[in-house]
Amino acid sequence: MAVTTTQPTRPPSGATPAPGGRRSRGATSGIHGSRWTPYLFLSPFLLLFITFVAVPGLLGIWISLHDWDFLLPNKPFVGGQNYADLFDSGSPQFEPFWNGMKATGIFVVISVPFLVVLPLLLAILLNRRFPGRTFFRAVFFAPFVLGVAVVGLMWRYLLDPSFGMVNGVLSALGLPGDTAWTTEQPWAWISLAAVTVWWTIGFNAVIYLAGLADIPAEHYEAAEIDGATAWQKLRYITIPGLRPVLVFVVVTTVLASANMFGQSYLITKGGPGDSTRTAIMEITDLGLSQYRMGQASAMSYVLAVFLALVSLVNVWALREKKS
Amino acid sequence: MKRRNGPLFWLGMGVLSVIFIGPLLLVLLTAFKSQSESRTVPPTYFPSEWSLRAFDVLFFQDAASPVLRWFLNSMAAATMHAALVLVVCSLAGYALARMEFRFKKAIFGAIILTLFVPGFIFLMPNFLLLDKLGWLDQIWALVVPGAAGAFGVFFMRQFFMGLPKELEESARLDGAGPFRTWWSIVLPNARPALVTLGVLSYLANWNDFIWPIYVLFSPERLTLPAGLSRLQGAYTIDYPVVMAGAMLAAIPVLALYVFVQRYVIEGVASSGVKG
Repeated sequence: MAVTTTQPTRPPSGATPAPGGRRSRGATSGIHGSRWTPYLFLSPFLLLFITFVAVPGLLGIWISLHDWDFLLPNKPFVGGQNYADLFDSGSPQFEPFWNGMKATGIFVVISVPFLVVLPLLLAILLNRRFPGRTFFRAVFFAPFVLGVAVVGLMWRYLLDPSFGMVNGVLSALGLPGDTAWTTEQPWAWISLAAVTVWWTIGFNAVIYLAGLADIPAEHYEAAEIDGATAWQKLRYITIPGLRPVLVFVVVTTVLASANMFGQSYLITKGGPGDSTRTAIMEITDLGLSQYRMGQASAMSYVLAVFLALVSLVNVWALREKKS
Repeated sequence: MKRRNGPLFWLGMGVLSVIFIGPLLLVLLTAFKSQSESRTVPPTYFPSEWSLRAFDVLFFQDAASPVLRWFLNSMAAATMHAALVLVVCSLAGYALARMEFRFKKAIFGAIILTLFVPGFIFLMPNFLLLDKLGWLDQIWALVVPGAAGAFGVFFMRQFFMGLPKELEESARLDGAGPFRTWWSIVLPNARPALVTLGVLSYLANWNDFIWPIYVLFSPERLTLPAGLSRLQGAYTIDYPVVMAGAMLAAIPVLALYVFVQRYVIEGVASSGVKG
């Protein structure tokens, strides 16, 4: 996002203030509001922003420095202890936290390649000219408008190891129909990744489609005249043309997968064992069910720092290489 | 690109359509089955006997699970949330797009910065704030905090910057103040952006799961997603009832989507390219 956000903001903030702004303040200032007008327009949002974003962002750090049990009157200051505990294999927080981090890491690694590549293939397919194109685009995007609760509950049923319809369809096709999709590994991870692809493929596909529309058709026509194969067109025209979009998709998809919660909460309930209990599940369970908010806040900041580092690495690894 | 699309292409489109729509139809059909038929091996696809039992149970039988109430709670929360987002973001976005003032860059920078901060950071502190405000287990817990997100302001600002200035200039020459200009000239011209942002906010709020399951407690205060996940907590899951509930949560957003899919898809597409 960093790459793309800065571009449209630059020209107006550089160009408009001098002519437009000065005129309004000079000749027509009495009619056109006072110097407080902008702040009046901003104030409803800023009030919400300060209350529910800026203050909580800092309050969270404060909480993480305390032994903050929501239900107890005393919340003693413990300094960096909550953070130290996460890196001390003798503390009771160590094992569940790193189990959650591991589960989150596994889900990111197995889901992101599919969530990046399959929507690209779908977008390339939808970028052809054919009747009903808008209709099919809408069909493939449809699951994304559903909530994770609907998606999780329906796939929990469809993937049931004994009477689920996924196994039913597979055995009707002559394939093995007794896979324990939700109760054994690696099937549980495969199920969670596949459900996530089904649910969100349209989102990335639509973003790719917008990027594909910006690649000039002449590039493909020229390549065809030169006798380029489909693979060569993909490799030398489509992917370079999509680079900024690709960076955006990879970075946001990694973050989205690292935030995975509802799918394993509803479909595998963190199991089998604790294998699909993600970091977010651990944090919310500890902080918002057991109300041990100091430790949970420390975990959430450690996870956030991890994700920031991963995003930086992604942006760096996908940067345009000068050859 | 100019090649004709052969039968293989259409076969692929057909298979993909079945993959994306088929599961929803199977779930809808399950809602009309008896509980025992929902657990047969091998599974049936069409109900051998169509039954409305699941809907009867869902709506009328279980006082601890007031599903209609959940539905109305979800509607009310999503509607108020979308309205609040539209008001605060179109005001703030307009100021950031068109007005000059001190600290503009700092304010805009701080708002944009939070686009990069993951949401789970705010779970615990916002829970405490809601507790202080007396908003835990209240609909306001769902309506208000989420409206502070940076996306809506950024989205409206980008749209307003693309509007031609001449309209506002002439309104100003006619003596309209900034608020009148915003209300009667700018907003009517921003209808597509307002529809997109309103629908995206509505969908996000209707579908929100992690927040309502932790800030709502009383059965009669739950939203549909939070309530449905509790229905699943029973020892033997009554799948036709749960699937009927899932369809109750799915059909309004799918219906909304059918009418405004262009706005939804273009809004998502612009989030990648422009923002």
